[in-house]
Amino acid sequence: MKHIISVLVENKFGSLNRVAAMFSARGFNLESISIGETEDTEISRMTIVTRGEDQIISQVLKQLNRLVDTIKVIDLTRQPHVERELLLMTLKLTKTQQHEIFELINVFKGKVVDIKQKSITIEVIGSPEKINTTIDIFRVYGIKELARSGAVAIHRGE
Amino acid sequence: MHASGQTLNGSEIFIECLRRENVEYIFGYPGGSLLKVYETLYDVKDIQHILVRHEQGATHMAEGYARATGKPGVVLVTSGPGATNTVTGIANAYMDSSPMVVFTGQVPSSLIGNDAFQEADIVGITRPITKHNFLVKDVRELAMTIRKAFYLATTGRPGPVLVDMPKDVLNASCTMEWPESVEIRGFKPTIKCHINQVEKVAQKIAQAKRPLLYIGGGVISAEASEELRTLAIQQNIPVTMTLQGLGAFPGNHPLSMGMLGMHGTYWANQAVNKCDLLIAVGARFDDRVTGKVETFAPQAFKIHNDIDPTNVDKNVKVDLPVVGDAKNFLAGLLEVMPKERENRDSWLAEINAWRKLCPLSYSREDNALRTEFVIEEVSRQTSGHAVVVTDVGQHQMWTSQFYTFINPRSIISSGGLGTMGYGLPAAIGAAFGIKDRPVVLFCGDGGFMMNIQELVTAVHHKIPIKIFLINNSFLGMVRQWQELFHKEKYSFTDLGDSNPDFVKVAEAFGCKALMADNPDTAKEAITEAMAWEEGPILVDFRVVKKDMVFPMVPAGGSISDMLLARLNPKTMV
Repeated sequence: MKHIISVLVENKFGSLNRVAAMFSARGFNLESISIGETEDTEISRMTIVTRGEDQIISQVLKQLNRLVDTIKVIDLTRQPHVERELLLMTLKLTKTQQHEIFELINVFKGKVVDIKQKSITIEVIGSPEKINTTIDIFRVYGIKELARSGAVAIHRGE
Repeated sequence: MHASGQTLNGSEIFIECLRRENVEYIFGYPGGSLLKVYETLYDVKDIQHILVRHEQGATHMAEGYARATGKPGVVLVTSGPGATNTVTGIANAYMDSSPMVVFTGQVPSSLIGNDAFQEADIVGITRPITKHNFLVKDVRELAMTIRKAFYLATTGRPGPVLVDMPKDVLNASCTMEWPESVEIRGFKPTIKCHINQVEKVAQKIAQAKRPLLYIGGGVISAEASEELRTLAIQQNIPVTMTLQGLGAFPGNHPLSMGMLGMHGTYWANQAVNKCDLLIAVGARFDDRVTGKVETFAPQAFKIHNDIDPTNVDKNVKVDLPVVGDAKNFLAGLLEVMPKERENRDSWLAEINAWRKLCPLSYSREDNALRTEFVIEEVSRQTSGHAVVVTDVGQHQMWTSQFYTFINPRSIISSGGLGTMGYGLPAAIGAAFGIKDRPVVLFCGDGGFMMNIQELVTAVHHKIPIKIFLINNSFLGMVRQWQELFHKEKYSFTDLGDSNPDFVKVAEAFGCKALMADNPDTAKEAITEAMAWEEGPILVDFRVVKKDMVFPMVPAGGSISDMLLARLNPKTMV
């Protein structure tokens, strides 16, 4: 089962490496990892997407907690949370498909961030599942390049 | 002693911090990045620097010292190759949870990342084999970092911590501020066990007909042997121990069942198989203990006390976990358990029947010299009170079987990593820490060669260790597996044609040396060695080549797969 885990770590060099290295050393699945500063500049928040049976996930959580730079580990999977990923994608632009592409961008609530004679770059924000669907749908129009941020997530407010 | 508030350079701060941490010995080797520290060390009299001959030796010495005394071992090495040479020793201390602080010199901050001379990213290299590690970027952070390093190494589950110190940091000056307290917000180990959990354990013990205590090294590092002994005797529960747990409960007590696992006793493994309650304390269900996890203690309700929550449910799913310090757990149990002795006669009788059915034994008929005899004789002559250090291999397993450990902190052995070459430096380190008990080393001829250079360290400091070289001219344990599981293809394990004359080698190092090749001369040599106090002494025991360690549960096997003797008598020597 897919799990989304939020980890607060000391904002120090090496913190990301410690977490990533622990995943590879222990053979845990690591689908995505993203990191950024929080409201407290000494603390970073990592959002990790992983997959595994309950026993494995329980080990993942404990091993994350065991790292000295880790301040807090929260498995958001079964708690109310918001999860978002950013997709940046450059597509081939042809006269015949132009109209369809613009319609689809609207369907996915995307934005055009750059447009050239033969290409168009768009951004789409959504759950990783929505991003997967977006990529699938646009594939037929010819994706030149894409970049995904990996998921970030946070508890829903009270 | 320098007072806080004085202006000192990084090297002086380093030494001053070690003083505050009550460090007695530094096991080290100088080099370019550490010249300033060694300049300072030259005039330091209250901390003794022990010059090793290879940095790996320094790490094992520090670990031997730590395991014998319970105090953290301290290593000091230079950057680059000095630092990379410590990797095996650090990994070993990590696997066996030994407290150790390794200080490495580093190239000047401005050169880090430039592939400078003698530069290695030791913080990156040792991240997965340390409890934590630090690169000190500013001399003003040095004292706090050292304080944190010692705190981390010794608090909760012990382990190695590395501190990397660039040359410019050691040269720079600042006001020395010794932090009286240390606070790491991401490190809050659970020491105190949850009382509800402890009460549940007490209920389970009261209900159990066939309980068994499975004791690991955690009981020894928590200094909880006294509590264990009281509990086991009061509740009449038999005790089996892991390699690192030996000595936690006296081996000569009727409730002691010796070691369990791959080369454990028949009766201990049968008891694991038949017990209805397994109480694991400070042990981690290692694969050398469990064999096939699906068939490990199949009838038992499993309780697991460990200070490290990651050990719980890692290999074997347990029914009742209790996270916390072993001493706190056992003392808590003693408080809530009724004081009257439980009658478990039928369970103990069952165990004793197994003990009689399949005792530990070896052939004595041919007057050949066998490792088992040597170890048994040393056990007898030292009344089980020596500090026993081993290397890795057959002699290590025979030590677990034939030396009767009475006290905690009596076996010092590389259990988790299985590092050949560990024994000699670890014995030297143990002897620096312990002066009132003899330190004996059992070491194979293969492993002895791996850190033989440290013999110089022992000779130079007149360390009275007894080096009992178990010389079968083979990599015996590998040979055993080759015979049993690899078509008797003794691929590169026969050292007979290439081994040196160990007596001459030892003498060249300035070490007294004897040779023995039969039980009578062996007995005399042991007596002579135990009486020799002027420095190290080596006895080259020429033991039979092809003996094997039994019982043996093949890797990944169940108790029912246990081999009790050689299958093919043709190959007997």
